[in-house]
Order: sequence, then structure tokens, then C-alpha cells
Amino acid sequence: MAAKSKRQQMVDLAVLAPLDWIDERTAAVRATKWFLFRNVPRDISWGQTLGSAALTAFIVQALTGAILAMYYKPSAAIDPVTGKPMAYSSIEAITDELTLGWLVRGMHRWGASVFIILLFLHMGRVFLFGAYKYPRELNWITGVLILATGMLMGFTGYLLPWDQTAYWATAVGINLNGTAPFAGPWLAQFLAGGPEIGQNTITTFYAMHMLLIPGALIALIFVHIYLVTRLGVASPPWSKEAAGRERPPAAAPAGTRAGLVRGSGGGD
Amino acid sequence: MSDTGHDTRHVPGPSLWPIAFAIGVACLLLGLVISWIVAAVGAAIAVVAGFLWARDVTHDVRGEVPSIEPETRAVADSASTGATAVVAADPPLPAYTRSRFLEASTLGVGAAIGAIVTLPVLGFMVLPSFTNVEEDEADLGPIENFPESEYVIATYLSNPSVGEVTRRTAFVRNNGQTDAGEPSFTILYSRCVHLGCPVQPNGPIDEEARQELENGVELRPVLAQSFGCPCHGGLYDAEGNRQAGPPVRSMDRYTFSIKNGRLVLGELYAVGNVSGTGASAQISRYPWSVPGTHVDGVEAWLYPIVPSQVTG
Repeated sequence: MAAKSKRQQMVDLAVLAPLDWIDERTAAVRATKWFLFRNVPRDISWGQTLGSAALTAFIVQALTGAILAMYYKPSAAIDPVTGKPMAYSSIEAITDELTLGWLVRGMHRWGASVFIILLFLHMGRVFLFGAYKYPRELNWITGVLILATGMLMGFTGYLLPWDQTAYWATAVGINLNGTAPFAGPWLAQFLAGGPEIGQNTITTFYAMHMLLIPGALIALIFVHIYLVTRLGVASPPWSKEAAGRERPPAAAPAGTRAGLVRGSGGGD
Repeated sequence: MSDTGHDTRHVPGPSLWPIAFAIGVACLLLGLVISWIVAAVGAAIAVVAGFLWARDVTHDVRGEVPSIEPETRAVADSASTGATAVVAADPPLPAYTRSRFLEASTLGVGAAIGAIVTLPVLGFMVLPSFTNVEEDEADLGPIENFPESEYVIATYLSNPSVGEVTRRTAFVRNNGQTDAGEPSFTILYSRCVHLGCPVQPNGPIDEEARQELENGVELRPVLAQSFGCPCHGGLYDAEGNRQAGPPVRSMDRYTFSIKNGRLVLGELYAVGNVSGTGASAQISRYPWSVPGTHVDGVEAWLYPIVPSQVTG
């Protein structure tokens, strides 16, 4: 090994040694390399960045939403100062009075649409490229669940400004759920927190919008991205490199690949 | 293992227990609303069926498990001479080993603890929407405020302690007296029975004659022979019958009573159809249901139990 310069030795000591120390205990450095430094097909294009774009839009929503929650008041009670409901008054204050509030609320409000649009574009790209096929079926399924939870975010978030549009759109949305056979009326009454929209509705929707559904969404995104990392990016249909992989012949008894039959070991 | 075998189907054998399990869970959830006894029965069904289901599903896997030689401790003198020979000569021990028992009991106890913690929390999430939701009667003031054969838009607070968010709108028409000499009112709820938007009277509102009463009630006479919904174009006639658009039944109505010469609104009910007008109208009356749900005809079978009819 060639002799290292003094400077290089100092860099090793200051940067690489601590990383070694961390990696030995957590495998964090290896995990990061596994996640980020992947081989991808040579002929991928901007189309394959739509998923990352949707993820970025989600991160923007999460951050701006957390900050908006510092100023938003989920209450239908009348604010004694403004004479309007608290929720609506706090939205007015965020938009018109608080410094840069208009910007952050605007990012959250328009970012919601951007997120959904990017999800659909991403979905279209995956569909047209056939990237949902073996072995990536679960990527597609978790992606559809992400789309559904994203829609739920839109539905619950739409009520929060507590203006006439929000109120009546939510009334229609809840009653739409109510027309589902058998369970519909129960679902509607649960969503509204009672027979009619009221104070319970706004707090229920707020809790779902900022705690329950984001939790589910983040978990789904983790699974989705784990699968993308594990299975790799599919090459486009016109590529000379084959997408996916050959299905192996079905020979071994069921359960051996997952290591469920004793004495068989695991797959891979 | 190499890349083989993971493509074969691994389908558990047919089993009826998932259905029993689902019935148990449904019974449990229903019981949470109706009565604790039903909930307990449902929980018992779910637990038993879940156990039997798990037994069915794991049947194949368990069948293939080779019996593992458990740790045995040879007696002292044979251990010193030749333990392997002694162990091999032992009769086979039962396949249900101590480690499998511990595994199953750990999972079972863990599941029980999880259920004990989770069920009350889920109950708190769901039940307040269905319990203690009855609304009080609303006093709309002296009946002299309601001129005969004219509609009055009456808004009131259904729960004054909660405030403006509980403001409701009713269209009240004094029909005079029935043939039997009893006072008659047509009181329509403003909520569209399509999807719950606010129905508006089609006619000029007499803002000059607007009255505000002491308990938050507001009255405005209106010349209306029909009602329209701005959201999706539902149209109703003066009796609340659907004339056009997507509504699935006639407008909801209130029961009423007259106490000390004042008009008092009672509970809401759903209306299938109204024939006749005013005091002589024949109303097909049903328990109140969610907007958009049929109360009569074959479609009503889709909504056998509506929460407001169970919990009041």
C-alpha cells in the first residue's frame, strides 16, 4: 500500500474511523450504501424519477403540515375576538396576518394536489412500462394503498379550513360513504362523530389528517421503497436488458424457500 | 437453497372457520353498540373460531414437521459409558414439545394482552359517535308567528350549549286544522335527502318580516311552492316530494307538539312519499335514515340497520 500523506491520515482518523465505529455497531453505513448506491438499467430516463418526486412532495406536505399545526385551531366554537369559528379564524390568521403563513399554507394546499398528480403520473409510468410484473407485484399493491391513503388525506384535510365549501363538501363526502350498503350509515356516523357534522367532526378529521393517516402512509412508503430497493428499477419495455427476472421452475415443496420447512434453510 | 420453489402455490386447505371468525368479529362490533352480552358472545366466537382457523391453516405445516429429538439427560452411569446408544434406544417422545408449548403460549398471552389494551381504546374511538346523541326538542316560539298556508324558514340551535355549529333549518307551514279539528303543521328538514346539502326554498324571502326570538330562533317568511338543492339539482314540491334530480325519497320531516301555544319540534323522520297536501296529506313515514339511503322499496334492504334507529 502506498504511503499516505499526513493530510490523508488525518482525514481517515477524523471521518472514516467514526463511520467505522458507527457501522460496526449499527450497519448504518452499509445500509445507506445498499439503499443509495444501486445499479440501475442503463436506459432509464426522467420517467423513473416520478416516484422520488412524489416522495419529495410528501415530505413537503409532512413538514409544512407539522408547522401549520402550530398555528391551526381545530375548533368549531366561536372565537370571541373575530366572531367566527376558531378553525376558520386561525386559517385567516395564518393566511393574512402571520409572517410567511400565506406561503406555508399555500405550499401545503397546492402541494396536496401536486402529491396526488405525481402519484397518478408515477402510476401511469409504472403501468405503461409493465413495471408491476413479477417480481414487483407487491410494489404495485403497496403503491395503490399509498394512493388510497393519499386520497384519505385529501378528504380529511379538505374540511379543516371550516368554510362553506369545506363544510358542505364534507357533508356530501360523508353522506356518500353513508350510502354504501349495510355498513355505510355506520361509517358515516363514525366519520361525522354523530348524526350531523359538528365539533366532533373537525377534531376527528384533524386527528386522522395529522396523526392516523400519515402514520399509515409513512409505513406504506417505507415498505414501498424497501421493495424498490430490494428488487431494483425495471428497465423500459424497449430496453435490450431484460426487465424483471426469469421465474424459477417450481420444484421444491411449498414453504422451503421461506425456510418454513425444517431443515431446508431460507431462500436466496 | 437456490432460486427454486418459491413460485409454487402454497394454498392452505379449505376451511369454514374464517367465516365463523368473521361472524364473531361482526357480532363483537355490533355488541359494542347494542349490549355487552352480545359483545362477549361475539368475542368468544371470534377467539374459538380464530383458534380453530389457525389450527386448520397450520395443519399441513405441522404435519411435515419431523419430530425432533428432545434434550434428554441420560442416567449418570450410562452417560459415562455410552450415552448415544441409550438415547437411540429410547421410544419416540410426543411431537408436541416444551418449546412449541412455550412458543404458542407466548403468542397467545401476547395476543390476549394486546386485545385487552386495544379493545377499550378502539371502543373509545368509535362509540362516542353512537351514544348519547339524542337531540333535545327545539322551541320555535308562539304558533301565531306561523301564518296559515305559508312557509316560514325557521333556524334554531339544536344544542345551544355547543353553539352555532348546531344551527339547523326547518321549513314550517301552518296547515290550519285537520278534519278532526287538530292543529296541523308541515315541517320539512332543510337537509337534502340526496347527499345532505342545504335545500333552499324557491321563492322570495320577506326579510322585512324577519323575527329573532330569545333562544336563538330566527324566522323568515317565504313565498315558496317548491324547494331546490344547489349542489346537484334536486327539486322538491311544496310537500317535499321529489320532482326532479337525484334525491331518493321525499324530504325528511319533524314531528311536532304544541306546548303552551308554542310550536315545539320533536324527532326527525324519513318520508317515502306524500300523497295529498297540507292537513289532509297521507305520509308514508319511516324511522330517520342517512341522506341518500332508500327507506322504502327493494333498495331499503341494503340498509337493514341504521345507527340512529338502534341508538336513538
